[in-house]
Amino acid sequence: MSLLSNTAVLLGKELRTEFRSRELLTTTFVFILTIIVLFSLTFDPTSDESRRFAPGLLWLAFLFASSLMLQPCFLREQLNDTLSALRLSVSDPFAIFLAKLAANTLFLLLTELLLLPFFTVMYNVPVLRVLHWLVLVFFLASLGISIAGTALSAISAQARMRELLLPLLMLPLLTPILVASAEVTRALLDRDPAVLWQGIGFIAVFDVVFLTAIWLFGEYLLEE
Amino acid sequence: MGKRAISGAIVVFLMGAAAYASFYIAPEEKTMHVLQRIFYFHAATAWAGMTGLFIGFVANLMYVWRREEKWDALGVACAEVGLACFTVVLITGPIWAKPAWGIYWTWDARLTSTFILWLLYISYLLLRTLVEEPDRRALLSALFGIFAFIDVPIVFGAIRWWRTQHPAPVIMGGPGSSLEPTMLKVFFFSVFALHCLVAFLIAERYRLEKLRGEFEIVRREAEAL
Repeated sequence: MSLLSNTAVLLGKELRTEFRSRELLTTTFVFILTIIVLFSLTFDPTSDESRRFAPGLLWLAFLFASSLMLQPCFLREQLNDTLSALRLSVSDPFAIFLAKLAANTLFLLLTELLLLPFFTVMYNVPVLRVLHWLVLVFFLASLGISIAGTALSAISAQARMRELLLPLLMLPLLTPILVASAEVTRALLDRDPAVLWQGIGFIAVFDVVFLTAIWLFGEYLLEE
Repeated sequence: MGKRAISGAIVVFLMGAAAYASFYIAPEEKTMHVLQRIFYFHAATAWAGMTGLFIGFVANLMYVWRREEKWDALGVACAEVGLACFTVVLITGPIWAKPAWGIYWTWDARLTSTFILWLLYISYLLLRTLVEEPDRRALLSALFGIFAFIDVPIVFGAIRWWRTQHPAPVIMGGPGSSLEPTMLKVFFFSVFALHCLVAFLIAERYRLEKLRGEFEIVRREAEAL
C-alpha cells in the first residue's frame, strides 16, 4: 500500500512541477507539430499515400519528441541535488520510477491527443470513427515509451554527452514499439479500419516486460 | 608453448575443418547449390554470437548482484565478441540474399531486429566510453546490457510474429522443418567450431580487460604520488 501512496504523492509533485510552467508540454507539442508539418512539406502526399506513410511518420515524430522530452526527467533532480532527498523520502525506490513514468505517460498522451486534430486535418485522414482504438494504442505505446525511456534517462543523466546519448540508447530499444504502433495505427486509418489485436498485444507485452525489468533493477539506477 | 597458444591452434584447426566440411563434405543443396554453403557459416556465427551475448547478459546480472570487477570485464568481452559475430552475420546475410532473393537487404522483422540488436550493443559500448568513473560505468552499462538483452527474444520471436522473407527456421522450427542428416552434422560441427572461436576470443578479451583495469589502478597510484 505504501508503494501506491508514495507513488501518488510523487506523481502529484511531478504534475505540479510541470503544470506550474508547462514548459515540457508546450515545447514537445511545438516540436512534434513542426516535424509533422515538415514531413508533409517534404513529401506532399496524396490521401492514399498519407494513409500508408502518415502513421509511421507520426510515431517517428512521437518517438523523437519523447527522446527530448524525457531528458530533464532525472537531470532536473540531479542538477538540483534532489535525488538523494527523493530516495530518502520513499521506502521503495520503485515508487520514484512509477511516479516519473506515470507523469511522462500522461504528458506524452496529452501531447499526442492535442496533436491528433492537426494531424487529421493536415494529412486528410479521418480518425473519428476509430478514435477510441487510437486512444488505446496511444496510451499503450506512450506507456511503453515512458517505461523504457524513464529508465534510460536515469542512465544517460549520469553520463557525458547525455543529450545525444539518450536518443541513442532509447531509439533502438523502442523500435518494437515504433513498428507495432505504426502497424496498428495504419490498420486503423485504412479505408476499411481493422483492429490488429496481435499488434496491441505485442505493445502490451513490451510494457509488461520492461516494467518488470525496472521493478527488478530500477533501484540500482538511482545509486549514488 | 603456453595454454593460450595451444587453444589458439586448436581453434584455428577447428575453423579450418569446419570450412572444409561445409565445402566438401556437406552435399549440394537442390535449389541454391553452392550458395547454400554460406549457411553453415552464417547461421553458426549467429548461434555463437547469441551464446556470447547470453554469457554477457549473465555477466551483467552477476555484476549488478556481486559488484565484482571480473564480471564487468566478462560483460564487455562478451559484448564486443558478440557484436563482432553479428557484424559477420549482417555481412554474410546480404551476400547470400542478393543471389537468392535478388536484393541485398529487406526490412523484414528478423533482419531488422538483428540490425537493431547490433545497434543496441554499439550503444552499450558507446555508453561505456561516456561514463568516466569505473564503478559507475560498470553498473550503468551492466543495467543497459540487461535491458538490451531483453530485446533478443524479439529477434527470435519476430520471425513468427510478423510475415517475413527470412527463410523459416530449418532447425527446431517445428514439424515439417528438417535438414538432410549430413548437412545437419556439418552444421553442428560449424556451430561447435564457432563456439570454440567465440570462447577463445572472449577469454582473450577478458584477459585484456583485466590487464587494462590493473594498468588503470597502477596509473592512478602513480599520478597520486
